[in-house]
Amino acid sequence: MSAVSHREAASGGLWSRMSLGQKQVIWAWSFLAVPLVFYVVIRFWPTFQAFYLSTTDWTITKPAAFVGLENYWRLFEDPLFWQVFRNTFLYLILGTPISLLISFVVAYYLDRVRFMHSFIRALYFLPFLTTAAAMAWVWRWFYQPVPIGVINDLLSSLGVPQQPFLRSTTQALPAVLAPAVWAGLGFQIIIFLAGLRAIPVTYYEAARIDGLSEGAILRKITLPLLKPTLVFLVVFSSIGFLRIFDQVYNINTNDPGGPLNSTKPLVLMIYQTAFSSYEMGYAAAQTVVLFVILLVISLVQLRLMRDR
Amino acid sequence: MRFSHMLASVALGLATLASTGAKAVEIEYWQYVFDTRVKAMNQLIAKFQDANPDIKVKQTTFPYADYQTKVAAAILAGQGPDVVQLFYGWTDNFIAGKMIRPLRAEAFPAAEIERDFFPIVSAMKRGNDYYGLPTAVRSLALFYNKKAFKDAGLDPNNPPKTLEELVAAAEKTVKRDGSGNIVSAGMTLDMGGQDHQWWREVLIRQFGGVPYTENDTKVAYNDEAGVKALTFYTDLQKKHKVGQAGFMDEGQAAFRGGLAAMTIDGTFRLGSFGTIKAFEWGVTELPANAQGVRSNYASYFANALTTKAEGEKLAAAEKFLKYVSSPEAMKVWMEVVGELPARREVALTPENVAHPVYGPFLKGLEYAHTTLFKDEAAQRQAAIDMANRVLIGGEDPKTSLAKAAEAEQAIIDRAKR
Repeated sequence: MSAVSHREAASGGLWSRMSLGQKQVIWAWSFLAVPLVFYVVIRFWPTFQAFYLSTTDWTITKPAAFVGLENYWRLFEDPLFWQVFRNTFLYLILGTPISLLISFVVAYYLDRVRFMHSFIRALYFLPFLTTAAAMAWVWRWFYQPVPIGVINDLLSSLGVPQQPFLRSTTQALPAVLAPAVWAGLGFQIIIFLAGLRAIPVTYYEAARIDGLSEGAILRKITLPLLKPTLVFLVVFSSIGFLRIFDQVYNINTNDPGGPLNSTKPLVLMIYQTAFSSYEMGYAAAQTVVLFVILLVISLVQLRLMRDR
Repeated sequence: MRFSHMLASVALGLATLASTGAKAVEIEYWQYVFDTRVKAMNQLIAKFQDANPDIKVKQTTFPYADYQTKVAAAILAGQGPDVVQLFYGWTDNFIAGKMIRPLRAEAFPAAEIERDFFPIVSAMKRGNDYYGLPTAVRSLALFYNKKAFKDAGLDPNNPPKTLEELVAAAEKTVKRDGSGNIVSAGMTLDMGGQDHQWWREVLIRQFGGVPYTENDTKVAYNDEAGVKALTFYTDLQKKHKVGQAGFMDEGQAAFRGGLAAMTIDGTFRLGSFGTIKAFEWGVTELPANAQGVRSNYASYFANALTTKAEGEKLAAAEKFLKYVSSPEAMKVWMEVVGELPARREVALTPENVAHPVYGPFLKGLEYAHTTLFKDEAAQRQAAIDMANRVLIGGEDPKTSLAKAAEAEQAIIDRAKR
């Protein structure tokens, strides 16, 4: 009894003996603790849980048993994983440059258009606001064979043989990518426009007085000064294409990622392993691999930013 | 645990005494949301409660997506249903997860079940125990567009009876444009729909093989019969050119849109096709082979008792399960949902068998097979990929079949562990 009251007195004394600065630090940390705890519980804890799960054979219904790195070995031996890996990077290396190129060209010329500028800009931005699911369904019907597919109707009226699009292992991935690129354009155009507007007009005036050609102005002034914008968009759209899911899943719901897995990205494989086959441990291992890929790409990005 | 249970039951006893002993037992029933199923179940619950005023049944419904995940999470957390609806193909999973319990033989004698129900109910049996009973069952049949038949000069009241006639009718009804593109299919090809079941349980058998052996744990179709069955299927597109996988996106969409003369689908499609206004359609049994061999694929959702139900709740749950598997409940289910009764005597009444729509499905039930899937989605995917390798990749059926057999065996072996 007396020991307890003694300690209480001591701790009370401790608080009153503290300096204002120390008290401020304690208060600051106790407030900071709220988001910190939130992050630890909501973000970090499940992440570590996933690392642990990836070393088990948990299937939701059966209790988990530790299997070591078996899931990872299985993954590296799974031909589907390598196909999916290839697809994921195809989305990245096709999607990012194409979308950036188109959006830059549009933004570059839109920047000079005065007539109905905001209206045209709004039109470009519109697809970005549309749900990916709805868009994928509409595009899925665009790609249908005759008599209902718009694109094939057009082709055959021009005398061109109809194309299989989503029913082809070579055409399906670009066909799925097209709406994804199209949907992202609006956002990238807006960012590019902001970047272009941020370049001081005086540079251009000086260059023109010196008689620089438009091409030289683009190469020597516009592009170098756009680098921060460009780096941001490259990173942003890279992560977007690496995580592509809804467009792929919705454009081919009966055979998601098909035909013959030719459009399946890693995220879709994770989803199917976890919520269709209930192989949670295996799915967790795939998630860890995706995490590592995203981490590496983010580190490269940080490197690029520092170079600036 | 024991002690807390005892304490709980003492508390429950006291509470029961305090409320003059007339307190009803409340049990929970779970199924997925589907308008007519919920409506039918509400009617059944009302009737059951009238007959058993001491039991209250609470129905909980939720979207079909992630059904298994949700039920598993709830039961493992000690929450969730006392009586649960599950697809027959999930039974192994639910048993392994200790989510459902075997039916007591005294309350549900196996001999009676086997006498009264269609034989496909055996998919719910493990060892000597039944783990659930269906109210209704589904089977496949050939839907055909009577208008398309008439336009092609075929008798709309004499649909194809054999595979040969099926191909002939498809060749007559298919329409192509100037460059040879199909603009209206004779027969739909849609492995992602019901065609994989047709191929697996019907065509393989009709060409002299069996899809699996050893309780569906060994793939057995990688033989001559399998090749013939796959060749027959892919020839519909490659040789006869009467249909095209992916035409109108889905087989059922093509048929609904009046752009396919024939499609194979299940009882569950009746609701959707029932709203077709543009043309009249008919149903007929799946075509037989030249020797008259027929087969069909049947499936069902069963109701099972969960491990959560204990004591008086278990007794009430048993009563409820008995009621929803009774002839009376099956009649209600058929009227409201349109699914076939799981008991022979209720299903095979003369008027049902003579019914133009239900008749062909019911006849199919007598010789239907039920695949004991380990991972239905993955096994279906194996069949989809098998057909695609031939139809898109131009691979020969034999090689593609061998790959499919290997892939499916791996899926089964993994799930068995």
